[in-house]
Amino acid sequence: MTTLTARSAAPPALQERLLSRGVLIQGGLLLFVVWLGWSIVGNAQTNMAARGLQFGFGFLDRPAGIPIGEAMVAYTPANTYARALFVGLLNTLRVAIVGCILCTILGVLLGVARLSSNPLLRVLVGGYIEVIRNTPLVLQLVFWHAIVLQMPPVRQALSPLPGVFLSQRGMKIPGLIVDTTFWVMLATLAAGIVGWIMLVRHERARQAATGERRSTLAKGLGLVIVLPGAVTAALGGIAIEWPELRGFNFQGGLTMSPEFVALLVGLTVYTSAFVAEIVRGGIQSVAKGQWEAAHALGLGPGRIMRLVILPQALRVIIPPQTSQYLNLTKNSSLAVVIGYPDLVSIANTSINQTGQAVEVITIFMTVYLLISLVTSAGMNAYNRSVALRER
Amino acid sequence: MDRIAPALPSFAVRAAGFARACVSGPVNIGITVAVIALLAWAVPPFVQWAVIDATFSGNAQACRAAGGACWAFIREKFWFSVFGLYPYEERWRPALMLVMLVALVVVSTFRQFWNRNLLIAWAVAAPAMLLLMAGGVLGLTPVATRLWGGMAVSGLIAVFGLATGYPLAILLALGRRSDLPLVRWFSTALIEVVRGVPLISLLFMAAIMLPLFLPQGVSLDRLVRIILAYTIFSAAYMAEVIRGGLQAMPRGQYEAAEAIGLSYGQRMRLVILPQALTITIPAQVNTFIGLFKDTTLVVVIGVFDFFTTLRAALGDPQWLGFPTEAYLYAAFVYFVLCFTMSRYSMRLEKSFKPEGAR
Repeated sequence: MTTLTARSAAPPALQERLLSRGVLIQGGLLLFVVWLGWSIVGNAQTNMAARGLQFGFGFLDRPAGIPIGEAMVAYTPANTYARALFVGLLNTLRVAIVGCILCTILGVLLGVARLSSNPLLRVLVGGYIEVIRNTPLVLQLVFWHAIVLQMPPVRQALSPLPGVFLSQRGMKIPGLIVDTTFWVMLATLAAGIVGWIMLVRHERARQAATGERRSTLAKGLGLVIVLPGAVTAALGGIAIEWPELRGFNFQGGLTMSPEFVALLVGLTVYTSAFVAEIVRGGIQSVAKGQWEAAHALGLGPGRIMRLVILPQALRVIIPPQTSQYLNLTKNSSLAVVIGYPDLVSIANTSINQTGQAVEVITIFMTVYLLISLVTSAGMNAYNRSVALRER
Repeated sequence: MDRIAPALPSFAVRAAGFARACVSGPVNIGITVAVIALLAWAVPPFVQWAVIDATFSGNAQACRAAGGACWAFIREKFWFSVFGLYPYEERWRPALMLVMLVALVVVSTFRQFWNRNLLIAWAVAAPAMLLLMAGGVLGLTPVATRLWGGMAVSGLIAVFGLATGYPLAILLALGRRSDLPLVRWFSTALIEVVRGVPLISLLFMAAIMLPLFLPQGVSLDRLVRIILAYTIFSAAYMAEVIRGGLQAMPRGQYEAAEAIGLSYGQRMRLVILPQALTITIPAQVNTFIGLFKDTTLVVVIGVFDFFTTLRAALGDPQWLGFPTEAYLYAAFVYFVLCFTMSRYSMRLEKSFKPEGAR
């Protein structure tokens, strides 16, 4: 209470001075920013006029004439710039989403291997992580691209797994044919997952009431695997399209270009090394006593991991993991170095063709900002759900 | 006070422990066998290619005849990868600049030199290095920046990106924690926008957009614009590191400084910043490692840093077909530099921890 009175009783001159200084600084900053923005706009107009350019997004409706090797939606060079940039965005999202999933899997495996009780494995994985983390990504991408391009020609394609072919022209994997049966399978699968979640909730309530614990694993697997499987089989099974060598190229299946494969492998390998260190740090952050206490309670290793260690480790892991996902997405823009048609690569071509640098760069910076915002919002929501709930 | 270090077990004892741990239990034996099989599959062919069949001197024909790695190519292009296209007779200038750079960096790693004089040395040396490279003063022949290349350019971009970004980073970090809402909003917006977009887009901005934003008749050198992009980039990331340090300061430090009647500037300059900057030095070194690795991104706008210069060397018609060797050499150089820095940062971090803490 005394401090409060002391504060309010401070000489008014001092308060006024502080206030006015704050106002002065902020006013100055505002003026500076407005002046900067105003002069940038003015200069840009003059400079663009001098080069015969007009500011505006009208060029987006003009035909782009950019050939794009891989597009997830229908696209021809006769389409507009807007369409071309959209195709690029989809390509960015494709490599980023698949990369995030793969780097999580590989990263967790590496992180756990780094903590293995086998010293040989520990040292090997440790060396691998250090090498990957301490060399530039650009270098790694160029390296992987060179490797993919040195693959054998199509007719002698490597086949590490049945239905998977690696050659100079990239990778071929079996594709699913999207028909009614496929959608029915997807729907039953979703229903099965919802059913499992409800079952788990029900069993938890039961355990809380009676103390008896029953595993939901068998019933859950039945719901998620057997049910969709049986329904699909009853409808005649779902069609898989296998790649086949016909003449000089493969027919059918899904195609991944050499650039996509190189970019995906490069981003996955690079980011997974960082993820591995985050996972290792997370697991190590859980005090040893937690393992011992859980063990003393009679929990098995699987349940110790799932019920005691992971919930605590995740709290440490999620925030840096979020920035790794964001890094991977941003790093996918390095696609331009090896020629994968991502957003930045197509934007770069558009700038060269139209000269509308300001507009195009504004578009793709905004898109990346939006992706960053959406990703961090999603991960923050997940983080809240695992965060420590304090009083 | 010296602590008595526990006696380390001898090498033989540790090796025996290592070996025992490799075969403790069926799972570990399985893993050990798998790892050894993997090494046996990968290492001998690599050694065969990189050492036994390799050519260490001679020309491309000798390399192709031997069939192994062509280290003669690296030997031939070594000085090119350091200096790029910088005029041959003037190469002593980038060489002297690199020596100055290395000397300053080495001196800066010792904690006893962390004082005002070191800052002054950097402030004097940095422009001196630029002048040395650019020429036009003291009878030095002017050399256009488009001729600069190699490790000299990588070093320049990284060091100037950091050195000019650092003061800005401090301002941004303080601004983000300021009581003045406008200052806070602008700082936060700048930091988040720069961190939310890929570095490539900043480089495009610097290379393509920035000339449009300057008044007519005013032009900035391309390399200066690129360094400006790295400045903004490193400032945003460094600001977040420094903000972490500011937040880690116990409240009592702020209150005590206020209680003895220091002004905001004095509180920050004399009490808070010296501590906050010191405890975040390991994190700052890590950020710098990232920045240094990211200097390779200039390849997209055609500035000849170490990596791009080496890539250009691949185009030499007399030496076609040795990209693997060039990439391995580049990877080795970056690895040695970055790994040394990361070990240094780990050692610092350990030395900052209070004694007895784990």
